[in-house]
Amino acid sequence: MTDAASAAEALRLRLSAAIAAARTLEELEAVRVRALGRAGEVTALLKTLGALAPDERRVRAPVYQRLRDELTSALEARKAVLEREALARRLVAEREDLSLPAEPPRPGTLHPVTRVVEELLEIFADLGFAMAEGPEIEDDWHNFTALNIPPEHPARAMHDTFYLTDGRLLRTHTSPVQIRTMTATAPPIRIVAPGRVYRADSDATHTPMFHQVEGLVVDRDVHLGHLRWTLETFVKAFFEVEAVTLRFRPSFFPFTEPSVEVDVGCRREGGRLVIGGEGQWLEILGAGMVHPRVLANCGIDPERWQGFAFGCGIDRLAMLKYGMTDLRAFFDADLRWLAHFGFSALRAPSLALGLSA
Amino acid sequence: MRLPLAWLARELDFDADAHRIAETLTRLGLEVEAIDDPAEALRPFRIARVIEAAPHPGANRLKLLRVDAGLGEPIPVVCGAPNAREGLVGVFAPPGARIPATGQVLGVATIRGVESRGMMCSARELGVGDDHDGIVELPADAPVGAPWARWAGLDTPVLDLAITPNRADCLSVRGIARDLAAAGLGRLRPLVVPELPPGPPCPLPVRIEDPDGCPAFFARALLGARNGPSPAWLQTLLCQAGLRPISALVDVTNYMTIAYGRPLHVYDLATLDGELVARRARAGERLEALDGRSYALDPDVCVIADRRAVHDIGGIMGGRDSGVGERTTDVLIEAAWFSPARIGAAGRRLGIVSEARLRFERGVDPEFVDPGLTLAAHLMRELAGGVVSEAVRAGAPPVARRSIPFAPEAVRRLAGLDVPPARQREILEALGFSLAAGEVRPPSFRRDIEGPADLVAEIVRIEGLERVPAAPLPRAPGVARPVATPTQRIERVVRRALAACGLAEAITWSFVAEAQAQAFGGATCRLLNPLSAELAVMRPSLLPGLVAAAQRNLARAAPGVALFEIGRRYRAEGERLTAALVLAGELSPRDWRRGPARQASAFDAKAATLAALEAWGLSATEVTTVEGGLPEHFHPGRSVRLVRDGVTLAELGELHPTLAQAHDLPATAVAELFLDAWPAPARERPAYAPSPFQPLVRDFAFLVPQGLPAERLVRAVAAADPDLVVEVRLFDRFTGPGVPEGEVSLALSVRLQPRTHTLTEAELDAFRARVEAAAASVGARLRA
Repeated sequence: MTDAASAAEALRLRLSAAIAAARTLEELEAVRVRALGRAGEVTALLKTLGALAPDERRVRAPVYQRLRDELTSALEARKAVLEREALARRLVAEREDLSLPAEPPRPGTLHPVTRVVEELLEIFADLGFAMAEGPEIEDDWHNFTALNIPPEHPARAMHDTFYLTDGRLLRTHTSPVQIRTMTATAPPIRIVAPGRVYRADSDATHTPMFHQVEGLVVDRDVHLGHLRWTLETFVKAFFEVEAVTLRFRPSFFPFTEPSVEVDVGCRREGGRLVIGGEGQWLEILGAGMVHPRVLANCGIDPERWQGFAFGCGIDRLAMLKYGMTDLRAFFDADLRWLAHFGFSALRAPSLALGLSA
Repeated sequence: MRLPLAWLARELDFDADAHRIAETLTRLGLEVEAIDDPAEALRPFRIARVIEAAPHPGANRLKLLRVDAGLGEPIPVVCGAPNAREGLVGVFAPPGARIPATGQVLGVATIRGVESRGMMCSARELGVGDDHDGIVELPADAPVGAPWARWAGLDTPVLDLAITPNRADCLSVRGIARDLAAAGLGRLRPLVVPELPPGPPCPLPVRIEDPDGCPAFFARALLGARNGPSPAWLQTLLCQAGLRPISALVDVTNYMTIAYGRPLHVYDLATLDGELVARRARAGERLEALDGRSYALDPDVCVIADRRAVHDIGGIMGGRDSGVGERTTDVLIEAAWFSPARIGAAGRRLGIVSEARLRFERGVDPEFVDPGLTLAAHLMRELAGGVVSEAVRAGAPPVARRSIPFAPEAVRRLAGLDVPPARQREILEALGFSLAAGEVRPPSFRRDIEGPADLVAEIVRIEGLERVPAAPLPRAPGVARPVATPTQRIERVVRRALAACGLAEAITWSFVAEAQAQAFGGATCRLLNPLSAELAVMRPSLLPGLVAAAQRNLARAAPGVALFEIGRRYRAEGERLTAALVLAGELSPRDWRRGPARQASAFDAKAATLAALEAWGLSATEVTTVEGGLPEHFHPGRSVRLVRDGVTLAELGELHPTLAQAHDLPATAVAELFLDAWPAPARERPAYAPSPFQPLVRDFAFLVPQGLPAERLVRAVAAADPDLVVEVRLFDRFTGPGVPEGEVSLALSVRLQPRTHTLTEAELDAFRARVEAAAASVGARLRA
């Protein structure tokens, strides 16, 4: 071994020991600077090569270069170890108690009436019904006269009407939307119209304001059988019960003839009302074939066109489907009730996902 | 309408039980609301004889009875009735029986130290009459120990029917019986109106002065009658139908009302003075009526009067002074036909509900005026004796002869049901229609039948609605098309945006108290007949309802309230779609990360409003906040309008402190979103054109005069180089050390997006200069 080689070996041993002894990244960096920095010992050796005779350089150069490479590798290896150790220490130090509460933003809720209206829209859109609307402050003609309820008709006593001081009134049903639709559009017509209605009535099961949905179909040959199918289809879809039984009872409304009242079969299970079966009957809506005079009042020729109409209480549908027992609570804006019976805005009813999915 | 089955049996020959009858009636459209079967409740009541009546040792007015109720040992009963005496046969109620009139359950009682093991009942207690002066006296041969209700025929079921207004004919037992017979349940018994023997002329003439209100006025007199209690069978029927037996003559009128839907009135002839006239009441006239009340009449009311006074509100209620009593011997029986419209108006005006009004208002059978009068006179004579006079008749009932073409195919066309023409004919005839020469003539008692659709309804209800098969509505080809109205679209978006902001949707009354409306802009639509002063006017704004709801919730110890509603506000110009929200108290609770609870502020109302706008597709940068011009329910210094193209889209801010205080509310934020004014958003997005160059962010701090709306600085900076600036965010606002008095430091972060090349230092310097100049134009200077 030449002198140069033995000197290099001595240097390697000394520096390797220093690398191994470095306890921190800072100490390791100091060793690197001492060895390979601009003024480092190995750098100094490498610098001497330029001044040597070619033969001597050919001998020493590989030795010094190997020394540099070996030390570089050792530094990197040691650095990796120290970094791993530092990371491990940091991770321990950085522990957080994630059992601490992290409350998500509390979203609001939608009113059950909104929910039911949206469900109705899904169903009736699928059945080809367009949506319609009308004013809540109505005139006597649209709310009564055009619907074949003349001023002296006893049926007016069935509606406890709120009148305004200017002679107009608050619509007692959504049926005036029938009139507004038929006077504005030529048949065939297929609409549903949800909205607020008003009656001067207030007790445990009646509120002076509530919601109805009106349905109207006018065409060449729709008849009572189509009404039955439509209502059965709607009720099955709405309550999401296949085995629904509807009972049609003859009844009387001035604006339809024949008129029917429709009961849905239900039963009590564990104190809750369940839709389906025939144990009990619960009245859910009124319907019938549009009275020829109503068609004529709207400028539609009853000899050429006929159709059916129905009207149904939305709040009542909500109570039956979602189990509320007190109608008055619908309009009380009690946050506890709204939180209990309300619906997430993110879960819109859809036929694809299921109405109450 | 109460239908005792015992009464039905007089008109219909049937053998069905109450349940089958009820089911059939409901199927026919005569809805049975209840089946009242009194047999069980009345079972304990027994016929009993008083075998001993001794004075009560401790009370003068009480007696100590020993009663034989067929139960073996005589039963001790303490009784206060003056007619309680030895040998009397009456009705005994044992302990445990529920007294029909009071609902009270009888127990064993000790009265003034003497035990009483039951009670002898009065007619009123048993619900069979008005008499409460003494206990019921039954015939001496009534079977002691037998169940009283069965003996009296009171234990048969009674159906409670809801008769729809079109079926005036079914406000009578006979009308209901006819429907049942048509449906195959039993056979209608023939109605025989007997021939009366010739009688003396009627002592009193009748005349019509108000032919509009009373087109027909017929009468007969019954002379020399003895008016006493009516026979048991009649009393029983009336009791079961819910009427009080009064006297034979009055009971017959009630019998005619219930059995045939033919109300009548009887006057005591002795009280009448001169001819009876059907005329309009004169202003100021009054009638002391049979219900004990006094009614002020007016010319819209048709009355029956003699020379001296009004004796009857025609077709509604008779007068007390000419009423028939125990001593009456001569009566005038009135059978008239009153105009339904006039009866309805008068009944509503006077607030009288009577069996007569109910029937006249819906229209009684115009062809049964004369037969009804004859039948009633006959029955009265049978029960009370006397001589029936000839009839006097003024006017004629309006018998409208209607005929409708018989079109059997209409049943198929309207109802989708196949009913052979012969069967249709059979049904119509069973209901009293006559068919001839291709025409159908409805019976006179079916004023509701007007056209072919009515015939279809009759045929279908008798044939059975349940037989109408379901027929699918034809479906349009392809996928269902969108059908929501523009209103529904915007409602749905705004509602979800507000709920996503943490607000709960409420529905409050459309009407509010006048004072509430006054505080929020003033009502323009007032109810003529509100249910209460709280619900008296249509809301001019959605806020009064929501603010009241916030108050109620905070009063229930809710820590905070975040509510919204979507509905209409009612203004002079019309009803307009509106969303409104109220935020009060804690919006989020104190929290280990966020610190103290966050109280609602006007900025929360602004954030929710902008979230709704953005959800609808309008950018927040498109709207300007404008101070002033807000209604008085806002805090004048903490409220703004959001304006776009000169149109106010929303008003928001803090509720006026006075109003908040009046509602016990802390500082409360409110907003009203005028959805009717919101424009439809642009449907097209601009083309996607990302820049290949790095965006730059530069921060600027400005000193601005206090009072300068920050939005003006932000807009000025954004406008400094609209091609380059994509966003300006105000991220800091500071007053205090380093900021001169009267000024505010506002720090903006400006994001630049070069489109054509990377900006040079020179270009950036030029941009900075433009920003400075723009800021200076609104009075801001760069902070050193």
